[in-house]
Amino acid sequence: MPETTETTPAATTPATTAADTAATATAAGPVTPAGTATPEREKARSLWSDAWHDLSRKPMFYVSGLLILFLVVIAIWPGAIASGNPLACDLSKSQMGPTSGHPFGFDTQGCDVYTRTVYGARASVSVGIFSTVGVAVLGSLLGGLAGFFGGWWDAVLSRISDIFFGIPILLGGVVFLSVVKGGTVTTVSAFMILLGWPQIARIARGAVITAKQQDYVQAAKALGASNTRMLLRHIAPNALAPIIVVATIALGTYISLEATLSFLGVGLKPPAVSWGIDISQASDQIRNAPHMLLWPAGALSITVLAFIMLGDAVRDALDPKLR
Amino acid sequence: MGRYVIRRLLQMIPVFIGSTFLIFFMVYALGDPVAALFGDRAPDPATAQQIRHDLYLDHSLGAQYLHYMKNIFIGDFGTAFNGESVTSLMGSAFPVTIRLTIVAIIFEIIIGIALGVVTGMRRGKPVDTGVLLLTLVVISVPTFVTGYVLQYVFGVRLKWTAPSVSPSAPFNELILPGLVLALVSLAYVTRLTRTSIAENTRADYVRTAVAKGLPRHRVIIRHLLRNSLIPVVTFIGTDIGALMGGAIVTERIFNIHGVGFQLYQGILRNNAPTVVGFVTVLVLVFLLANLLVDLLYAVLDPRIRYA
Repeated sequence: MPETTETTPAATTPATTAADTAATATAAGPVTPAGTATPEREKARSLWSDAWHDLSRKPMFYVSGLLILFLVVIAIWPGAIASGNPLACDLSKSQMGPTSGHPFGFDTQGCDVYTRTVYGARASVSVGIFSTVGVAVLGSLLGGLAGFFGGWWDAVLSRISDIFFGIPILLGGVVFLSVVKGGTVTTVSAFMILLGWPQIARIARGAVITAKQQDYVQAAKALGASNTRMLLRHIAPNALAPIIVVATIALGTYISLEATLSFLGVGLKPPAVSWGIDISQASDQIRNAPHMLLWPAGALSITVLAFIMLGDAVRDALDPKLR
Repeated sequence: MGRYVIRRLLQMIPVFIGSTFLIFFMVYALGDPVAALFGDRAPDPATAQQIRHDLYLDHSLGAQYLHYMKNIFIGDFGTAFNGESVTSLMGSAFPVTIRLTIVAIIFEIIIGIALGVVTGMRRGKPVDTGVLLLTLVVISVPTFVTGYVLQYVFGVRLKWTAPSVSPSAPFNELILPGLVLALVSLAYVTRLTRTSIAENTRADYVRTAVAKGLPRHRVIIRHLLRNSLIPVVTFIGTDIGALMGGAIVTERIFNIHGVGFQLYQGILRNNAPTVVGFVTVLVLVFLLANLLVDLLYAVLDPRIRYA
């Protein structure tokens, strides 16, 4: 996945002086390379409050945040803004343009495009969120433990993730989903988790290895902290930033991927209501009734855009190198 | 260098075996290729048994996989269920997709790098913000949407190019499909070049080159660009595999009879030998492209030495 190229934590950990580390303990540790550290600040702010400070001044963050909030609300409760039934169709209205009460017109089956576009949000948002949460949890657990314990477990895991990386995700999706006949949100999300986890695992592994070598972790170890305590108290909070960044951007790509798979006929299947399905059905009618394609395609693009913009804003806030 | 290449080639072997076995497992163990031959009707058990035996499907999955791999090494990818050999399908499909990928990569290199240099040099200016927003939009709109829209605008409305590609797929008909295929990666190339250029403009060697009084274009091309392009080359190299796989969408839109088309047909008809064969070759292409990128590193950046 291309996103990782910009966000992979620096492989080489800049030497951090003991004094520096003491001041920022559990805070802006490994993700703040020494070159761009913030020694001038009067009071050491934690990475998170620093990131929040940065985010709260970005219009892009508010725009994308509001959009996502809106999408989540209509995904949970589509009836709030669309009173019709997305599956109630009237063939006599096939491909008709907008009329009063039906601002987006009708599709080939005579279904109301507005209602279907609103209801389509649920499939996209839930696939995106389920896949991302699954990938993030599985990837950071496997990758984090591999980075922390090293040894044979690490070697085996790295080879396994190489294998999954060897399969382009769209190809794998088409093959897997055409064989596992399901066509539900669960099967599509399960596939994305299956092929997506190595991306996060690699990043988590790198972040944990970087954090592990920091003086404050060594200090905790010297003081007799258990593995669990070191992982939870000292390493996890510091390794989390790069994972969050990549996961947010990945959410947008998963939504896009779900639509692509549904478009190819292997993702979600009717009677599921999905933008990908609607776009696929509208695509051969683009000359007669472009409105059937434009509304679901617009909704899909704006959704993906919102998540990618949020990911961008979060990355800028959490990665001090780019400032 | 030689030892490095050998080590990398050896490392590729388990990855190749793992990836292809995964695909093989999905198609042959999770799916049922024999039942697919009969469509919706249930096959006669005796006939199904005979076919299973003929296709070597009555052995354990591991044995089937070994048998398949052994055949691949002598250049036999099996026979598609319609009787055509998979090798001949590949012979007609790969040249088309390779042409399409070449067009896409040329777009990535020319437009992506040019836009990246322009925006990287003018960071924070209106051009930069504009292009950056444009790349966000391009990344967000899925390929199949841009594909249909551009096909409609340039192929149907303006008639600048044919809306669908003829079976021989000459280069001039592949310009629009190539652009569609390249668009998302093109946006990434632009952003990557921009970041890289913006970082390097502050580097000491650029300041030295300027101080020596070198003309601006020479500083940019010989000093700045050469160093900034290293991550971009990596991206484009790893993208080759993704482009050839992603062609499944583009080829469907423009009706191009390439790898994506054959693969899609294979999947629709549950044609196991076609699917496994094509995916195996694509995985190999992907792995080799990655190796090539690693070797190119040493050429581009003399600081990297492979022992």
